[in-house]
Amino acid sequence: MKKLIVYLKEYKLESILGPLFKLLEASFDLIVPLVMAAIIDKGIAAGDKSMIFKMGGVLVALALVGMICAFTAQYFSAKAAVGFSSKVRHALFSHIQELSYADQDHTGTATFITRLTSDINQIQNGLNLALRLLLRSPFIVFGAMVMAFTVNARAALIFVVTIPLLSVVVFGVMLVSIPLFRKVQSALDDVLGITRENLTGSRVIRAFNKEAAEAEDFDTKNETLWNLQLYVGRISAIMSPVTYVIINAATLVLLWSGAIKVDRGILTQGQVIALVNYMSQILIELVKLANLIIQINKALACANRVQAVLDIEPSQTFGTLGENTTVLPAGAFSLTPDTVVAFQHACLTYPGAGAEALTDINLRVMKGQTIGIIGGTGSGKTSVINMIPRFYDATDGEVRVEEQPVQYYLKEALRAKIGLVPQKAQLFQGTIRENLLWGNPDASEEALQKALEISQAKEFVDQKEGGLDAVVEQNGRNLSGGQRQRLTIARALVRQPEILILDDSASALDFATDAKLRQALEHLDPKPTTFIVSQRTSSIMHADQILVLDDGAQVGLGTHEELLEKCEVYKEIYYSQFPKKEEVGA
Amino acid sequence: MTVINSSQKETLRKVLRAIRPYRVYLIGSILLAAVTVVLTLYIPILIGQAVDHIAAPGRVSFDKLKPILLRGGIIIVITAAAQWVMNICNNRLTYNIVRDVRRDAFRKIGVLPLSYIDAHPTGEIVSRVIADADQFADGLLMGFTQLFTGVLTIIGTLGFMLSVNWLITIVVVVITPISLFVAAFIAKRTFTMFRLQSETRGEQTALIDEMIGGQKVVQAFGHEKAAISRFAEVNERLRRYSLRATFFSSLTNPATRFVNSLVYAGVGVVGAFSALRGLLTIGQLSAFLSYANQYTKPFNEISGVVTELQNALACAARLFELIEEEPQTPDADPAEALGSVDENGVRRAEGRVEIENVSFSYVPEQRLIENFNLKVAPGQRVAIVGPTGCGKTTMINLLMRFYDPQKGAIYVDGTDVQKATRKDLRSQYGMVLQETWLKAGTIRENIVFGKPDATEDEMIAAAKASHADSFIRRLPQGYDTVIGEEGGGLSQGQKQLLCITRLMLALPPMLILDEATSSIDTRTEIRIQRAFAKMMQGRTSFIVAHRLSTIQEADIILVMRDGRIVEQGDHESLLKRGGFYAELYNSQFALGRTDA
Repeated sequence: MKKLIVYLKEYKLESILGPLFKLLEASFDLIVPLVMAAIIDKGIAAGDKSMIFKMGGVLVALALVGMICAFTAQYFSAKAAVGFSSKVRHALFSHIQELSYADQDHTGTATFITRLTSDINQIQNGLNLALRLLLRSPFIVFGAMVMAFTVNARAALIFVVTIPLLSVVVFGVMLVSIPLFRKVQSALDDVLGITRENLTGSRVIRAFNKEAAEAEDFDTKNETLWNLQLYVGRISAIMSPVTYVIINAATLVLLWSGAIKVDRGILTQGQVIALVNYMSQILIELVKLANLIIQINKALACANRVQAVLDIEPSQTFGTLGENTTVLPAGAFSLTPDTVVAFQHACLTYPGAGAEALTDINLRVMKGQTIGIIGGTGSGKTSVINMIPRFYDATDGEVRVEEQPVQYYLKEALRAKIGLVPQKAQLFQGTIRENLLWGNPDASEEALQKALEISQAKEFVDQKEGGLDAVVEQNGRNLSGGQRQRLTIARALVRQPEILILDDSASALDFATDAKLRQALEHLDPKPTTFIVSQRTSSIMHADQILVLDDGAQVGLGTHEELLEKCEVYKEIYYSQFPKKEEVGA
Repeated sequence: MTVINSSQKETLRKVLRAIRPYRVYLIGSILLAAVTVVLTLYIPILIGQAVDHIAAPGRVSFDKLKPILLRGGIIIVITAAAQWVMNICNNRLTYNIVRDVRRDAFRKIGVLPLSYIDAHPTGEIVSRVIADADQFADGLLMGFTQLFTGVLTIIGTLGFMLSVNWLITIVVVVITPISLFVAAFIAKRTFTMFRLQSETRGEQTALIDEMIGGQKVVQAFGHEKAAISRFAEVNERLRRYSLRATFFSSLTNPATRFVNSLVYAGVGVVGAFSALRGLLTIGQLSAFLSYANQYTKPFNEISGVVTELQNALACAARLFELIEEEPQTPDADPAEALGSVDENGVRRAEGRVEIENVSFSYVPEQRLIENFNLKVAPGQRVAIVGPTGCGKTTMINLLMRFYDPQKGAIYVDGTDVQKATRKDLRSQYGMVLQETWLKAGTIRENIVFGKPDATEDEMIAAAKASHADSFIRRLPQGYDTVIGEEGGGLSQGQKQLLCITRLMLALPPMLILDEATSSIDTRTEIRIQRAFAKMMQGRTSFIVAHRLSTIQEADIILVMRDGRIVEQGDHESLLKRGGFYAELYNSQFALGRTDA
């Protein structure tokens, strides 16, 4: 919470003025019963008509000034709440941009999105309500009591008893029912879960003739929810009748003791009415306060969650090595000048993971070479290439790009060298052109066309209405998987990268297109150093070096022929895809 | 207030039908609400009478005060009791109805034609069953109670006021509508601002979704700064709209409160003059004042309730639409038996499948399968091949009767499947789809899904046969490991192995398999392949084939393209024909991709 308060500083004035004007309005509210008492005791009893008019005027004036105060208060509160949440949202969004891949994995995308949207909206509403009402309601409750004291101290003692009694009931019911509401919510989640499951699994469920069993399961969950709802309902049903009894019983007591005091001349009739009015104000405000506290609690929980994300320290620091500075490589090994990428005993353990994802990777890649990386699912192929742009840092050993350890580079400088085509073909809302320009904002029209040609995307882009300016919907959902994939390849090519990384990027392409793409990449000039990650031997068998991974360990490095001869895992993978004659049909 | 149109009337009728079993609660609730309102309104009068007996020193009549206070005490207790029972009635009414409609909706999901489920996003149907049901019950029933008590309070108040003093009543009646106008005025003004706010908020959410969802790409391309500046622009716009919407909408309360205060002042002044002329006692004046305080409240609430009711009706309409959706065509009755009973008393088909003159399309405008004929002998393998998205699942849909053909018939062991029950037909088939669906629950529950009475040994034997046993044993709780919805926590390959195990245990006489294993590494793939091969022995199988070996060994190959079956025959004859199959085969082979 503390860190978030900082963002309210700019709205300090508003945050003070808002509640202040609200209190002003409340004080006018509190005067009203006294004015009414004056009308009754002085106006009616004495037959003073001008007095009645004057007091009537006072009432209208109080209402008008009260309304203006309220308007002012609403404005300042809204300004502070909206401004605050807007600042927090910006800070949070910017903060997330700073986080490394490991930090993101740890928290999860869905969490970030909820924090940025619904959580901050809740905070905004909570803050707005708090600024307006958090002081007002207690102020009226205690104000009414204080006013009662000014009327008559003995009679006010009834308030002293009633207020705590009411508070116990209102907050007691609230306290008991909140955890129960949480239970109801989780029962509802169960009902939702099975409903969703029966829709996504409708084919399987029907294939196994399980409709009736599922319906029974649903009934159990539905009944559980129903029982819980009734139980909670029974508890909250108590609140309004009990408070009603308390407040009205107090009023009756007030009338009786008032009668005694009027009889003795200690109180006037009008004052009794004023006291009764104060009593009725209390209940409304207490109920409001209880609801308000629920809301604020929710907002506070959201604030803490947002704070937790802001508290994540970016786990990586970057060096200063850019294009114009040179730092001599430190470290225990030297490289030949044309080594573009080097792994030296590189190991990687993901945060929170029990075992190493990669163990002792050693690799030297020369300028212009093509490197194939192959292995089963979960063998660590993507982990290897993720270490080159420093998405993840080696937990042991070293990774170098152009002789320098990757940690020496400025983030931008390092990543500018690399064109990455990730496994998931992700595009962004905008036009095709805008998406391609992600690769290089200054790219010429010619460069874009060239990239489309190489990535085999030109044909379908030209067919689109508007060509390069055709609209790409959110997440590129108006394009097919294959089209998206080709555009992500084009986007990487627009960079004219020194290092091109294709992470299983041809999976959605048909065979002919895949082959054409590989050919076109082969003829790039200047030819980037290229990493191709794949599960298919056919995609990488012509590479200059092939890195074979098994369970995170480097089990082979060499050309196709070399590996076929001496690498068991490679052989196994190869023959699973190109069955030896005698094994066909096994 | 909006007039209810005919479709809403129709919905209302359905709502009433849903309420019918619980009408006791509804009637109880209405009666008790009436009691509560009347008694609540009576209290200020009693207090007024009491006040009149506390006029001045020496003019306090305790004898008369006592019975009034006593009566007050009794009324308070009765009111509270009525309120309490009414709350309970409301709860029962609401929750019972929600439970019922949810149950009906869920039952309907079980018999909806697949075409409906395929055409409607899951989230949309789920939201009908969950959110709409809640909204319907809360909004409609609570809204109704609120409306009812509100109107009753207004009428009651007017009645009580008129019975005491008509002049003050007129003051109240004249001033009150102002608050409605003010509220409507502000609502109209703020509507645009709210729309702008929610539009901008939607825009921002979409941006957040995309940028944070694609955060890794953003960082890979050094796009952080550009993303932040785009975000900042939307954020600033949202701040401005949000401020306006929040501020202007928050004016309603003070404004209506102001009108309320005017009523109060009016009652005070006019009341005081009436009292001067002896037309009103002080106690009656105090009763009027407390009426003036609560009289406008139902007015302000009612305008909100009406929108709520409209909204609730819309939700109810959506929900009933689902509940009343046309179910799949009912099973034939009497149904023809399928297959013959084996020595264990289980009905098993031999596996002879004949497709005769079948025509099928999802939408009438786009014809897909026309006059299709196919004869499959027991134990034969049928491979379905073609490029991605060519409609291979259509065949599965027809065989399993997820969809029925428009023309022609499919026979299993000589029985027209449309004349047998779906249950009988489907229990003859075992199916593994590319989309691996698992239930939230334990591994064990998932494996015995198709055969709940399987023994531990049978289950483990099935898992061993499908090569799933070893990975299951390595999970934290073995077979009792809980997996989340959609098999969360397992890899794609593991999920697929579980689906195969599930089938291994049931092992029906015919199989439908989708070979697609694109997200699985080749070594796991080989295991799955072996599991498939083992299952297919002696069983009629339909395989959406991706592997050359499967295709070559198939007895019949169906070649599909753009949703149609373009060729059919065995490998050799199709190659000789030099058609689409030959083209497909050669293109893959020429590129060295035998694992297509």
